[in-house]
Amino acid sequence: MKNPSSEKVDIHSESFLHTLMRRQLKLSTACAVTFMAVLLGLPLANYFLPELMAKRVLGFTLTWFILGIAFFPFVWIISYVFIKRSIALEEAEVEEVSREGAKEAKVGHE
Amino acid sequence: MNIDPWILSFSAVTVIATIFMGFWSARRSKTASDFFVAGRSVSVGWNASAISGEYLSAASFMGVAGMVMSSGYDALWYPVCYACGYLFLLLFIAGPLRRFGAYTIPDFAEGRYDSPVFRKIAVIFVMFIGFFYTMPQMKGAGTTFAYIFQSADLRGWLPDFMLAHDKAGVALIGLPYWVGVALVGAVITLNVALGGMKGITLVQAFQYWAKMFAISVPIFVLMSVYGHYGKQLNATSASQGNGARSTFNVQNATLVSIGNAVTNTFYVEKLKSAKSFKSQVPAQMQTLDLAKKLSFKHGAMNSIGLEIREVGAMSTGNPESVFAMLSHLAGLGEVFWVDSWTNFPVKLPQTQIPGQIAVSRRDAVKAALDALETSGACILEAGENRHLVVHVSEKNNYEAAMRSLGWIDGFRKPLPEKAPADQKWISPFGPLTTKAAAKAGLKAEEQKPFSLLYTYSLIIALVCGTAGLPHILVRFYTNPDGVAAKRTTMWVMILIGIFYVFPPVFGVMGRNLLPELYLGAGSKGSDKVVLELPRILNERVPMLGSILSGITCAGAFAAFMSTFSGLLVSMTGALAHDVYGRILRPKSTPEQRMRMFKFGAVLIGAVAILLGMQVEQLEINFMVGQAFAIAAASYFPLLFMSVWWRGMTQKGAAIGMLTGGLLALGCITLTSISDLALKKEWKGPLLDATEQFWIHHPAIRILCEQPAIWAVPLAIGLMIVVSKLTRKDIPSDIRMKMLVLHAPEKLGLKQEYIQEHHAGH
Repeated sequence: MKNPSSEKVDIHSESFLHTLMRRQLKLSTACAVTFMAVLLGLPLANYFLPELMAKRVLGFTLTWFILGIAFFPFVWIISYVFIKRSIALEEAEVEEVSREGAKEAKVGHE
Repeated sequence: MNIDPWILSFSAVTVIATIFMGFWSARRSKTASDFFVAGRSVSVGWNASAISGEYLSAASFMGVAGMVMSSGYDALWYPVCYACGYLFLLLFIAGPLRRFGAYTIPDFAEGRYDSPVFRKIAVIFVMFIGFFYTMPQMKGAGTTFAYIFQSADLRGWLPDFMLAHDKAGVALIGLPYWVGVALVGAVITLNVALGGMKGITLVQAFQYWAKMFAISVPIFVLMSVYGHYGKQLNATSASQGNGARSTFNVQNATLVSIGNAVTNTFYVEKLKSAKSFKSQVPAQMQTLDLAKKLSFKHGAMNSIGLEIREVGAMSTGNPESVFAMLSHLAGLGEVFWVDSWTNFPVKLPQTQIPGQIAVSRRDAVKAALDALETSGACILEAGENRHLVVHVSEKNNYEAAMRSLGWIDGFRKPLPEKAPADQKWISPFGPLTTKAAAKAGLKAEEQKPFSLLYTYSLIIALVCGTAGLPHILVRFYTNPDGVAAKRTTMWVMILIGIFYVFPPVFGVMGRNLLPELYLGAGSKGSDKVVLELPRILNERVPMLGSILSGITCAGAFAAFMSTFSGLLVSMTGALAHDVYGRILRPKSTPEQRMRMFKFGAVLIGAVAILLGMQVEQLEINFMVGQAFAIAAASYFPLLFMSVWWRGMTQKGAAIGMLTGGLLALGCITLTSISDLALKKEWKGPLLDATEQFWIHHPAIRILCEQPAIWAVPLAIGLMIVVSKLTRKDIPSDIRMKMLVLHAPEKLGLKQEYIQEHHAGH
């Protein structure tokens, strides 16, 4: 890329790749952190709040209920959000590139 | 011959159908690309079912239930993390790898670093992880066969070496564990060698629904009869401590002997009369002193022609003599109804007999109870603070009678001594994770930090390991485009998530209803709970239990046969194409490679069978967890770092992957061998020294058994350090590679990359 200050989207440019990876990593990390916070937090809750986690809910202990049943829908929600956002992200990227591409083509014709 | 015809026929149909579908699909898909293209022509729903079908192995189908039964809460991490691993894969690895167009991890390793050499290095972990993954499948096979033929008298039908023998060498009924391993292993190996068993989408999708049906229908029937999931779990808190024994207190107990009983209605009547007799016992009779206890009072209650006697009511008293008397009478076939036994108070006064060592009353009671049980009597719970002392041969009759009277909750059976206590079982940091610290003789509170360490290491292994399993990533390409791939993944998470709710229910119900499995070891232990549990329904509805047990057996066959064949195909492929075709004989012809594929299948199948025969004593789920840990320490760092860090060099990747993976492999092999040595009573100075070392170093033992917590960071750290040192080796077209990994597929960069790449050569 000859002119880094130009706003034109060159998909082979360093800055395009950088933004691309950054956006994707940000989304993935945000989802992963939410998920890891619960996954890694549960043993801590078991460790420090054993009485609370042993409370009975519909016959289950609270911690059994969370791990054995409630965790699965939680994972579904995270993956649903991730999939929705990442598809939107990709579409936005494609649109950005093609809009710029179209403009460029128009400029080329004139 | 004494084989349940339902179980046998359901199993036989599954085996035949699996083999037939294998050949049918092999005819339809001749090449690897057919395999992928076939996937692209089907809908998201079918594809998601196929991926889920591929993922659910014997560990998911049998092992999770078995481990929940044996270890309780801690085992729940396995199903949850098996499902969550998929999320991690989706978040960080699946998308980029799909865009890159690498079908397998060795493909990716070669493409990302332009290095056929690295491919050869990467391929060895297909073998390591593969063998660790086949062992539990083999155990599933051996366990299922041993279950189906457990009461079949095969003596005279089979040659002597194929029969189970006792220690004195006398042939027993049933089939030994290894025969099932050898049979299933041989059948699948032959199938793969002859070209069958290439899983195509339709077959795999069918497998998922078969497994889902086989696990869910029996459990719903069981729950409708014996009580739902929550009720089953709640039962584990009904009595504190280990079953009936610990709830004994000998204060104010009325013992009623109700003589012998012959038929089922007899038992019911006897129990009823014992109860009504109790209400007639005058108050003063309940406070007989110890001397009078031994002289029986004959009761007047004689309505059904039974002799019912008031044995005695104890207020204070010396428990030994009472229990000595009880055991004598129980030995004669009498039954006692023990009323109002209050919970054992922890603070018992010490009884001091002059001239003797002080013993706590609790110890005295324990000794007396031991004596009682050695005499062949056993104690049954008969509701709140009420117990029956019966001869062990009559246990089942009285339990059935009490159930029909509604005295006991209708489902829970007493736990054997070997089973973990309720409190330990249902709570986090139970037997699974405290094993090493408990061996070291630490107190319960001191064990908890070790347990936490174990839990975290296990979580990391399972979550990261899914991404590194050789046979999982392939399936992300069986979709027409990236959006469909993502939708498919969403459905996969839902399908496997729903599936994983069920196996723990089997584990919980097994604890309540089939506690005798705690006494069995190896293939006769809790790993067969999924197979055997539905059979208890036979006592309620004839045949229903057998049919449902047949269905779960069929599901088990589907699970381990499909997983074993899938692993065998990918391992043999790696051996024939990568090891033989690229390393040993690069100039070999396709015919030679084909012959090598057949030979390789037989070789790997044979090794898998031999390994499978050794691991009867290890739990199915545990072994799969170990395969995950090796994958987490080798392939996961490679994939994760290669996708997200452009500074990676081939040397960094190779050194990180090899060090992390091989260290994890070594540690896991070592601890597995120590475990086997203990269970099989192998002896040797080295084994003894290792065992002593583990006892004195519980933390090291945990870190060796579950190495992910240090092996994954170590591999990633080494990758970073070595890559920084060899910075000049970063592939020259790295920007293009990263772009292909990350840019949306719609931009069409993949083709561009491949053309450029070919032009460059």
